[in-house]
Amino acid sequence: MANAVDIPGIAAADIPAIAFEAVSVTLGARPILQDINLVVGRGEFVCVVGSSGCGKTTLLRLIVGLIAPSVGQVRYGGRPVSGPANDIALIFQDYTKALLPWRTAYGNVSLALEARKVPRTQRPARIAELLRTVGLGQHADKFPGQLSGGMQQRLQIARCLAQGPSVLLMDEPFGALDAMTRQVLQDEVLRLARAGNASVLFVTHDLEEAIYLGDRVIALRPNPGRVARIFDVRLPRPRHQLTTREDPEFLHLRRELSDFIHETET
Amino acid sequence: MKGLVLPLALLAVAELCARTLGIASDTLAAPSQILAACWDVIADGTLPLRAGQTILAALGGLALGGGLGLVLAIMLGLSTPLRRLLRFPIETLRPIPSIATLPIMLMVYGFGYRMEIAIVSFACFWPVLIIGQAAISGIEPRLLEVSRVLGLDFFARVTKVVLPAALPRLFIAFRQAAAVSLIVAVTAEIAMNPQGLGYELMAAQSSLRPATMFAMLVYIGLIGWSLNALLLLVQKHLFGFAAGSQVSP
Repeated sequence: MANAVDIPGIAAADIPAIAFEAVSVTLGARPILQDINLVVGRGEFVCVVGSSGCGKTTLLRLIVGLIAPSVGQVRYGGRPVSGPANDIALIFQDYTKALLPWRTAYGNVSLALEARKVPRTQRPARIAELLRTVGLGQHADKFPGQLSGGMQQRLQIARCLAQGPSVLLMDEPFGALDAMTRQVLQDEVLRLARAGNASVLFVTHDLEEAIYLGDRVIALRPNPGRVARIFDVRLPRPRHQLTTREDPEFLHLRRELSDFIHETET
Repeated sequence: MKGLVLPLALLAVAELCARTLGIASDTLAAPSQILAACWDVIADGTLPLRAGQTILAALGGLALGGGLGLVLAIMLGLSTPLRRLLRFPIETLRPIPSIATLPIMLMVYGFGYRMEIAIVSFACFWPVLIIGQAAISGIEPRLLEVSRVLGLDFFARVTKVVLPAALPRLFIAFRQAAAVSLIVAVTAEIAMNPQGLGYELMAAQSSLRPATMFAMLVYIGLIGWSLNALLLLVQKHLFGFAAGSQVSP
């Protein structure tokens, strides 16, 4: 927890994992995000929805320090973000581009451990364990090009878990996958986030996915991107693909959320 | 095999002409005489000495110029401001024919390896810089983001992500530079430097030994061909994975 900071009088548990404080981002003359105030608690699962071009991805890039806010501040563990932190993991939607095609599945996971300077002798056992966790135990020697889309995204998740993240940022991770694979991976992400007690910020344009996964759903409004509304999801955990999706609360939220999104788009 | 029919036929015609017409020339030699000269230069140790000198100068220049070009290519490829800053100086210096630097290099280094290697490096620097920079700035930006988010330091980012990602195109840059290196080395030898195959070629010409002259030409071609074949072999070996990764499940 290199990034946790002890402020006298405040217990570490009270400091949110991520906090956006009046953040605006302008690229050239174009405003991308405007006055974002947002807090993600420790161990909280927050989903972000909104039409394309409302700055969802920018939100994530701010947290890992790939871009800096024009106005305001992003804090991670109470401390201003100045660059990538080694316990924040970012999972990209385009897994084909995010994996190293010249490294095997084993080698791709190894990259994260090499970055953390894990001693060479400790790597093989750790990598084998991570690949098993995401169900790729039998495919360690395959190159990304030899894996299906779902398997490639699992591999990217394994690589991110190798960072031992306390925050998982996911940028429409399952957008390119078929419905069956998507549901399986949704449950796995829920399980992994719970197991690692990680905070998750999950960007998606699938409203049902957002409700199914999240503790809260944040709806953004485009041009420029602003927080339009925050929905609390009071669905029991653990969630279940059939019963949760049949829950009256789920259906109610789905209706409310899609009405709202429809409204902002017209 | 069919490719050899025409060249062999032409050689036979040349041999026949030389014998029947009984040409005694200061500029031409019969293929059989050239073949004999090819053997003579091996037997008297001329070839190993001269070829060694040329190859050493070419490879030395390739390593030095290519190495410097690669370092600069990495820096320019990764930094857009630096690329903009250096675009003008590069575009101004690049068109200078490398052999035109010979008088300067001669003044600075005198005759010998250092002068020849300096000229060859100048020539090899540009293709590696230009092609290499394009290769590196063309890397999938997502990979660079991944390496930053994973927390790789700059050196690890270059060795583990940037260079492997650009390797196929970097290799093309080096193949191009390798071809240039031999041409420029031999040219420097023909023009000024008293060593190597180029010098031996000129010496044979000025002492009216056309068979030896052609023998040198044969060996220069042979060395150039072998160099390219060798690099192709390495390329095939190195990028075997590329073929493997394209197999779809």
